[in-house]
Amino acid sequence: MDSQTRVYFPYVSPHDPCPPIRVKSYYVPPQLFIGFQPENLPQFSPMEALMHGTLWPALYSPYVPTGQRERRGEGHS
Amino acid sequence: MNANPHTRPGDEQYMEMLTQLQAVDFVLCELNLYLDTHPNDANAIEQYNELVQQRWHMANEFETLYGPLMNLGHSYSGYPWQWNDAPWPWQV
Amino acid sequence: MWIYEKKLQYPVRVGKCDVRMAKFLMEQYGGADGELAAALRYLNQRYTIPDKVIGLLTDIGTEEFAHLEMIATMVYKLTKDATMEELEAAGLGAHYANHDRALFYENAGGVPFTATYIQAKGDPIADLYEDIAAEEKARATYQWLIDMTDDVDIQDGLKYLREREVVHSLRFREAVEILKEEQGRKKFF
Repeated sequence: MDSQTRVYFPYVSPHDPCPPIRVKSYYVPPQLFIGFQPENLPQFSPMEALMHGTLWPALYSPYVPTGQRERRGEGHS
Repeated sequence: MNANPHTRPGDEQYMEMLTQLQAVDFVLCELNLYLDTHPNDANAIEQYNELVQQRWHMANEFETLYGPLMNLGHSYSGYPWQWNDAPWPWQV
Repeated sequence: MWIYEKKLQYPVRVGKCDVRMAKFLMEQYGGADGELAAALRYLNQRYTIPDKVIGLLTDIGTEEFAHLEMIATMVYKLTKDATMEELEAAGLGAHYANHDRALFYENAGGVPFTATYIQAKGDPIADLYEDIAAEEKARATYQWLIDMTDDVDIQDGLKYLREREVVHSLRFREAVEILKEEQGRKKFF
């Protein structure tokens, strides 16, 4: 887990019909923490900026598909 | 028919020049939104104005080879009228 | 007025023939948190908001149309050569019956676009908070769409669009801060 994700552990009941996903996660991307963007932040080059979708590395939020972040566990606890 | 018979929209050079223009236009877009909420950042305004000039040259060069990027009087056309020429952006 | 530019904002690529994905992508074409709804929401709010943030609404609203064109490009490329059988197998049989391969402003479930997706309360703070929420919801939708495909080219375009939601959200948050400032107060640096 990187600094832009948070995890939680949902309650697992012995009566749940499917194997539980024990760890779930969600994103807390950088705009939640910047408030008001300061001046003169370091920049990507123009081509890097286009490829990242933003001019500023501080605003960049990489996304990892859920399938690679969450794994279904075995059985009940 | 293209302005230049040696180039064809969609060829390798077209993609390269288009991507370079997209990159500079993207920085302009980012700076534009940033300046909307930071109207007193002189450095960002200077960078914006420099890129406007750079963008103008790149777009001119692209249009000379591959035809107009904009309609309604914002780009020149060769003969015959080039606006109708494929590819359209979603076809590339 | 608006002037068209004959290029995409970002080089969209579609790496594999996956008609199924076209149906899912329509959520961002004609869905509640899609690009059309975003563009219309922001441009419409401009008339009843303080002058200081009209520029921002105009520019983000305009950029949303560029994003709408990127989504359209993906859907177009995924459906233009699909057979009727492939469309039907991808859950687009009902779409074909009504529209053939025409794009239509509807969500992934086939529900047509409606003006009720557009929020306009006339209160600047309420409207800007709505816009922040809209950006976060669109970011989430892009996440789920990225999850649903293994086409790295489609994922690349969707990751770009997701990042744009992040930046737009920040700008709307900054707009709220600007409106919170005391009337006539001077900024000193």
